[in-house]
Amino acid sequence: MSFGFFLEQALNGLQLGVMLFLMAAGLTLVFGVMGLINLAHGSLFMIGAFLCAYVTEQSGSFWIGLGGALGGTALVGAAIEIVVMRRLYDRDHLDQVLATFSLILIFSEGMRWIFGARPLYLNTPPLLSGAVPLPNGGGYPVFRLAIIAIGIIVAIGLYQLIARSRLGMQIRAGEADREMIGALGVDINRLYTIVFAIGAMLAGLAGAMVGALQSVEVGMGEPVLIMAFVVIVIGGIGSIRGALAGAVLVGVFDTFARAFIPLLFASLFPPAEAKAIGGALASMSIYVLMAGVLVWRPQGLFPADA
Amino acid sequence: MPETPLVISGLTKSFGALKAVDNVSLDVRDREIHAIIGPNGAGKSSLVNLISGLIVPDAGAVAFFGRDITRLPAPDRARLGLNRTFQISNLIANRSVVENVMLAVQSHAGSSFRFIRPFATDKRLRETALHHLGRVGLAERSGVVVAALSHGERRQLELAVALAMAPKVLLLDEPMAGLGPEDSAQVIELLATLREELGILLIEHDMDAVFALADRISVLVYGAVLTTDTPDEVRRSPAVREAYLGEEA
Amino acid sequence: MRDLLDDHWQTLLALVLLAGFALSEAAGGGSFYISLSTRVAILAIAGIGLNIALGYGGMVSFGHAAFFGLGGYAAGVAVHHAFEGSNFLDGPIAVSGSGELLTGLVAAGVTGLAAALFIGVFSLRTSGIYFIMITLAFAQMLYYFAISFPTYGGEDGLPLYSRATLLGLDLSGDMTYFTVCYLVLVTAVILSALITGSRFGAVLNGLRENETRMIAIGFHPFRYRLTAFMVSAAMTAVAGALYVHLDGFVSPSNMSWHRSGDLIVIVILGGVARTPGPIFGAAALIAMETVLGDFTERWQFFLGLVLLGIVLFARGGLSGLLDRAAAALGLGPLGKQPDSEKDRARDRRQPGEVRDA
Repeated sequence: MSFGFFLEQALNGLQLGVMLFLMAAGLTLVFGVMGLINLAHGSLFMIGAFLCAYVTEQSGSFWIGLGGALGGTALVGAAIEIVVMRRLYDRDHLDQVLATFSLILIFSEGMRWIFGARPLYLNTPPLLSGAVPLPNGGGYPVFRLAIIAIGIIVAIGLYQLIARSRLGMQIRAGEADREMIGALGVDINRLYTIVFAIGAMLAGLAGAMVGALQSVEVGMGEPVLIMAFVVIVIGGIGSIRGALAGAVLVGVFDTFARAFIPLLFASLFPPAEAKAIGGALASMSIYVLMAGVLVWRPQGLFPADA
Repeated sequence: MPETPLVISGLTKSFGALKAVDNVSLDVRDREIHAIIGPNGAGKSSLVNLISGLIVPDAGAVAFFGRDITRLPAPDRARLGLNRTFQISNLIANRSVVENVMLAVQSHAGSSFRFIRPFATDKRLRETALHHLGRVGLAERSGVVVAALSHGERRQLELAVALAMAPKVLLLDEPMAGLGPEDSAQVIELLATLREELGILLIEHDMDAVFALADRISVLVYGAVLTTDTPDEVRRSPAVREAYLGEEA
Repeated sequence: MRDLLDDHWQTLLALVLLAGFALSEAAGGGSFYISLSTRVAILAIAGIGLNIALGYGGMVSFGHAAFFGLGGYAAGVAVHHAFEGSNFLDGPIAVSGSGELLTGLVAAGVTGLAAALFIGVFSLRTSGIYFIMITLAFAQMLYYFAISFPTYGGEDGLPLYSRATLLGLDLSGDMTYFTVCYLVLVTAVILSALITGSRFGAVLNGLRENETRMIAIGFHPFRYRLTAFMVSAAMTAVAGALYVHLDGFVSPSNMSWHRSGDLIVIVILGGVARTPGPIFGAAALIAMETVLGDFTERWQFFLGLVLLGIVLFARGGLSGLLDRAAAALGLGPLGKQPDSEKDRARDRRQPGEVRDA
């Protein structure tokens, strides 16, 4: 087990963390401001991937594809907010869960209808192909480094947006007291649509990038959504800072667990058992982490103050 | 010498930068009505929440008949006989008047892990509940769903529910809020009767009621106790006038 | 008797319709539809279980498939070992398999209780959105574990070569098995009605309606919620056991979040916190799957639209619809007036929840 391998896993963990941050930030923003739990967030991730793949294929350029994905998911997000989400803000969580669950069905089957059941392919752009040499002689994909970089930029950008801009002020005010900002003359409808569209765009960005890394298929968003939930529970709901901390923690923890637990077990048990149990435990690791955090801090690591 | 029912020492609670309750010490004796008055925002409801256990204090202690209950969870305090009403009626909206009281009766009897016999037709619970409803004058409305009650009736129901817990000390948070003169008079009469049985900490804005009922009055301003004294002394005190009564005169 | 009819006419109607449908199919020799009816009965049991936690208890569990799936594994593994002649556990205490259905059901129930105790202890200290996410996460954890653990088939699942028997009675006949599941359904309905109408049920309802008030009269929310959660899980687990014997197959997909979604759909579609609700919901879901599925492979798209419509526009689900229909037809006391105040009080979020953070 070399330093190079360790570094590779650490970078993988960071990259996963960044992707989870993009998802979790959108989710927690929407919940913090509008009080809405949105299960269809994973569908927005999927839509971003599909749009990127489709537009890239049509235009021949990944960058146009990415732009299409961002713009497209923002539009889809805004549309959903206006048509569906608006009616859910005053409803209880149960109704929100069922309504957004229905949206998952609609989007998943809808995508299958439009694109068929086969996965689409999305290649990384030539500019970001290739690898950076690692100490152990291997190479680390440039694209993954780019994802990390983009994630950091987005995190900084979000911070600036929320802490410094006028929109951010409205967002923070909305999180603190929803009824009040309406009374203060802020156009709530517009604010909510914008917030939702921002969240959707972040999900779409994550989807597009992951689509290039792996494949673009229906249902790709749900496992990510559930991991994002774990991130929010660990990080604390309503806080971007919590989303970042939780995302990096979960990303690194999951990656390391999948990389090292099977190795550990292989050195202790015969190979068949090691693979089975090691693999099973590795996939459970982040939930064990979540349980642990809950015992220690039921509200998460950085919950937004009430 | 029998223990004082309720002793509060140095209770303090801040919410962020706001010190809602500032080093409050007072006590409630047996068979007395100790009223708390003060301008809006003085921390009176927070104080009740602290004593009843819904909020955890930053500092200070609460003792119930000599026993330190500062760390005791709210439900346990209610079971001991330290019971409260809410400033804004807090009832089970989809149940009837009598069922709301029956829940309290059931809690007091400690028999809630029963899964088979129906609750709604339980004779023993119902009879006891009706008795308490009778005390507050709501017996005729026993079958009405809470959502359909008038404001005044809800305040009465709040009292009935608290009484069903067989309280030794009652914390009443503005029981007369929003009541008309007739209903208020009824409540005053009831509280006067209750004074013979237990100790009452009464938060109120209705000055007629306060001066008619109170054995002692504490004045709370900006979360701190300005003075604790007999009604006459409080009425005469220039500091109190200035802080509170003066604004009303 | 009149009272029974007033409160429970919908439940009786649902049970009679289901039995009637199955019997008529039996007469006509329709094995497919009998099997469908059995599926409805089993999913209804699972839904009744979930309803106790979600409908009456207000605990939005998006992880109930964990219990459904675990129940299936418990029963399936028992039969698997009986068939193979091997032991589930070897060692100082040997646990062998069993071909007896009752043993499988008990094993399922106990597994459900244990799993719910574990999950509940962690998740019931939270509420609202946290609770939803945590239950989903724990269910996923168990799902991934089931997929990766190869002994009982892993991702491929575990085929069962014979159905369990009931005290010696052979259950391989469609109608026989339907009858068994139907009887379990009737039991579940009775238990659910008793529990929710009992003192315990009153506390559970109170906690859902106004937790602060309940605390103020001396109730510790956690113990009641945990109990309800465990009872709910046990019932759903028993349904899971019956399910694997219907299919002859134990699959981790019964633990997936899709299945959790199905269960929630059944409860809400039928009518939250209504005893007959899950029966209507299960019937509606299976009917849509069958009928729509005949038209198009994309039937889930339309299911999504229907569900969305129901959430947005038709409160109270199918039970509520029947109430309104009965009232409109002037069937007097037989139609419980939809208490709009109650519904609105329930559907709108409590003021405290806005501060959920």
